[in-house]
Amino acid sequence: MTDLLTMQNITIFVLAIFVGYHVVWTVTPALHTPLMSVTNAISGIVIVGAMLQTVTIDATTLNLTSILGAIAVFLTSINIFGGFLVTRRMLEMFKKKEPKVKEASH
Amino acid sequence: MTVNPNFTSAAYLISAVLFIFSLKGLASPTSARLGNTLGMVGMAIAVITTFFVGHNLITTLIAGAVVLGAIVGTVAAKRVQMTKMPELVALMHSFVGLSAVLIAIAAVFNTAESHTSVQRIELFIGAFIGAITFTASVVAFGKLSGKFGSKPLVFKGQHLLNLVLALLMLGFGILFYLQDNQSAFLIMCAFALVLGITLIVPIGGADMPVVVSMLNSYSGWAAAGIGFTLNNSVLIIAGACVGSSGAILSYIMCKAMNRSIIAVMLGGFGAEAAIDTAGGAQKAVKSGSADDVAFLMGNADTVIIVPGYGLAVSRAQHALQELTTKLIAKGVNVKYAIHPVAGRMPGHMNVLLAEADVPYEQVVEMEDVNNEFGQTDVVFVIGANDVVNPAAKKPGSAIYGMPILEAYKAKTIIVNKRSMAAGYAGLDNELFYLDKTMMVFGDAKHVVESIVKAID
Repeated sequence: MTDLLTMQNITIFVLAIFVGYHVVWTVTPALHTPLMSVTNAISGIVIVGAMLQTVTIDATTLNLTSILGAIAVFLTSINIFGGFLVTRRMLEMFKKKEPKVKEASH
Repeated sequence: MTVNPNFTSAAYLISAVLFIFSLKGLASPTSARLGNTLGMVGMAIAVITTFFVGHNLITTLIAGAVVLGAIVGTVAAKRVQMTKMPELVALMHSFVGLSAVLIAIAAVFNTAESHTSVQRIELFIGAFIGAITFTASVVAFGKLSGKFGSKPLVFKGQHLLNLVLALLMLGFGILFYLQDNQSAFLIMCAFALVLGITLIVPIGGADMPVVVSMLNSYSGWAAAGIGFTLNNSVLIIAGACVGSSGAILSYIMCKAMNRSIIAVMLGGFGAEAAIDTAGGAQKAVKSGSADDVAFLMGNADTVIIVPGYGLAVSRAQHALQELTTKLIAKGVNVKYAIHPVAGRMPGHMNVLLAEADVPYEQVVEMEDVNNEFGQTDVVFVIGANDVVNPAAKKPGSAIYGMPILEAYKAKTIIVNKRSMAAGYAGLDNELFYLDKTMMVFGDAKHVVESIVKAID
């Protein structure tokens, strides 16, 4: 059973690499910094793993596992919020241009 | 609280698809904002779903940690200066790495879980990639922010030391796999942490754009590794996408510097070349004033500006934008030519110019602009050095083969630098000694402001 599951995971993994590879080549070089910050945010998805370790074990709330899990939840939240918000901030800078151009060229 | 697993799997699938859309959005600046929002929605779905998937989750503790992290992250995102983006990104890579290690240790010490041998391999892989990502990113952060010297640290037996550390790490990993021994797991993590440091110290400042991209890739693989242990598809998909994204960026950066990824990893670039500098500074250069530049630019039909990191250091972007606006008003055709490694990370210069309200239509990439230099009246090189060094065309040069912006083909070249100091590669630049080149010494911001004044 476990082996079948692992094979399925490997299948997903390999296909996802191909998807990522093709999608990322379409990203315009001008946006490579936002690409990095957004991938920072997306790798914050490990929060799922962190949450699943923040658990009560044998009715004890504070155990090594849950404490480490909570610290990881904290760190990954920084990534998620920091990553998406700084990406948005940068993308706003790329937007503001239109009115400026008209202003400058008349 | 448990829900039908088909439902939660579908929710995770939706969030993975949204992540892919958020990357796809970056194909153009107009679709990128929607993409970013979709990414946020995807993350929210994944987090909410996890509350329904987990057993005995401590909801209050998780919520508290998320709120704290949200505050720190939001403040960091609002406050960070665009010149400091590489540092922020490096720091965030380190968080992903550290989280992966903590999650793996938490899982190993989780007395309510037992791990099959396959899961132990997966834990081992997730933890060691995470640990290397963590310490390597911390060192990269230190080098980028100037807290540690950016000079490569090279010593005898370095590669042997790395090999020994890697073998020890692998050995204890195997011990953990065979015996489910918790101490072996911790020792393995410790060796991986040290390995992260020793792998990165020989890499010099010039190669930092590659390193940051590479760590971006590692952080993705670490996430995917954790996904394998949890049998969680969204982690695997997101991790794989981030991993390949970072790998592509590393490849692009390496190509832009004509360096092989292996050479970057082995390090030492910029250390031996430093000797070259001393001998070169004797030749005569022609220097001019801001007024001369204003005259030349004001009478030109076409001007290409080549910005480098020196521009960002002196915060001259806004002054430069003002200069461009004035020139355009006079009917001059102005463009910015960007070398892929113009900043400290991929696309850095584009963001710095965007921040200064330079319309992105005026900003062109190297491949698109190189055949235009021959017909250009004035090229203004500001704070850049190696990326316009014609030595890249000469066999035997340390940067031979590196693609450059062919500024030397223009009718007149104006170079603004603070002094005659060599660039990152430690090489002299013969562009500065050409008859048609005029050097304008001084702080970039000050010089550009003087040109703006003189142009009226």
